[in-house]
Amino acid sequence: MPEIVQLAIKVVGVLAAFLLLPLLIGQTEHKVMAHMQGRLGPMYAGAFHGWAQLVADAVKFVQKEEIVPAAADRAVFRLAPVVALLPYLLVLVVVPLGPGTVAEKLDTGLFYALAVTGVGVLGMLMGAWASGSKYSLIGGLRGAGQLLAYELPLVLASASVAMAAGTLSLTGIVTAWRPWWLVWQLPAAVVFFVAGLAEIRRPPFDMPLAESELVFGYLTEYTGLRFALFLLAEYAGIVVISALTVVLFLGGWRGPLLPGPAWTLIKIFGLALVVIWVRVAFPRLREDQLQRLAWLGLVPVALGQLLLTGVVRWWIAS
Amino acid sequence: MRGWGTVGTLLLVGIGFVLVALWVNRLVRPDRARGAALTSYECGVDPVGTGWVQAHIRYYAYAFMYVIFAVEAIFLFPWATVFVRPELGAAALVEMGIFVVLLALGLLYAWRKRVLTWV
Repeated sequence: MPEIVQLAIKVVGVLAAFLLLPLLIGQTEHKVMAHMQGRLGPMYAGAFHGWAQLVADAVKFVQKEEIVPAAADRAVFRLAPVVALLPYLLVLVVVPLGPGTVAEKLDTGLFYALAVTGVGVLGMLMGAWASGSKYSLIGGLRGAGQLLAYELPLVLASASVAMAAGTLSLTGIVTAWRPWWLVWQLPAAVVFFVAGLAEIRRPPFDMPLAESELVFGYLTEYTGLRFALFLLAEYAGIVVISALTVVLFLGGWRGPLLPGPAWTLIKIFGLALVVIWVRVAFPRLREDQLQRLAWLGLVPVALGQLLLTGVVRWWIAS
Repeated sequence: MRGWGTVGTLLLVGIGFVLVALWVNRLVRPDRARGAALTSYECGVDPVGTGWVQAHIRYYAYAFMYVIFAVEAIFLFPWATVFVRPELGAAALVEMGIFVVLLALGLLYAWRKRVLTWV
């Protein structure tokens, strides 16, 4: 197969996953959340249980007027949603669906994934500052504080997996994975998932948005399609965090009977359900409570996990 | 450097996707916002002063800690892939152990000194 065709297939595949999976998770959230709260959720659009609700939303967003407030920093304000969204697209390049089903097996896949997801947060900070609105600014300050809390546990927990597998390639990590790692790496897995929730600013860590305190935090001034891009970034973020947790800690494509890619997708959707469930089940934390949780809970646990991983791995090797 | 071509292409395709979406948006949306519609949102009243207000950054002590640990993390990743190599012996593990424990002691110290509070 000529290289250009291969490249096209990869790019189209990643783009399709990037546009489709967040949509599925968004619709699942509508319905699952509704039923957890004893209501129906969208029922009208598309006739069958409101399956077309998000499509209808997208059509509406595209027709919406775009308002850039006069007080805003126009260029940065308009660029911010793109900076928030595109990193999540780029991360999907290294996420393996199956042993050979991956867009690119980058040798430094884990490092790349962490670095690129980190860029997404810049979009939030840009939007918050450029809006020139008090609500947005406070939302952005909270977001920056949050960044200090979760980024470190996230990185330390993934370093533990890199130590266990002896490689930074995500495909390599799944290949090296063994079922007993579920126990060995359990603390790191919990730390990674919780920190990941904080990274994508999902409840209970949605203080930068906090619609009951800050109007809508850093998104207060956004309208129309740019607002929709931010929303898409949130759901793409759920996909990315679930996918990374699955690949790093839950054995990716490993599983009996079904083919590998099916297992990866099942696990990703399972974790996405947990993300939705957590949103329904827990009240929002305060920013200082998150700092406490991170520095006195997640970071020490992650450091302890590093020592445990190092000793066990060394003991196996020698 | 194999594989980065895909990443670059995907970045361009992603930018293209966003540009097309925004272009379609421009074609079909109204553009009538004038005057009051362009003011910053402040729950219906006219905005007071500028949006870039002075606010207390309440977490600067965390920021220091974060930078220190982030530097540690950079050392950690290259080390993680090679520390079990036989020619390194136990030294690699012990040295990183000392490094991590020292930082953890720093965290403990900061906690005991009560700087880990939302001032």
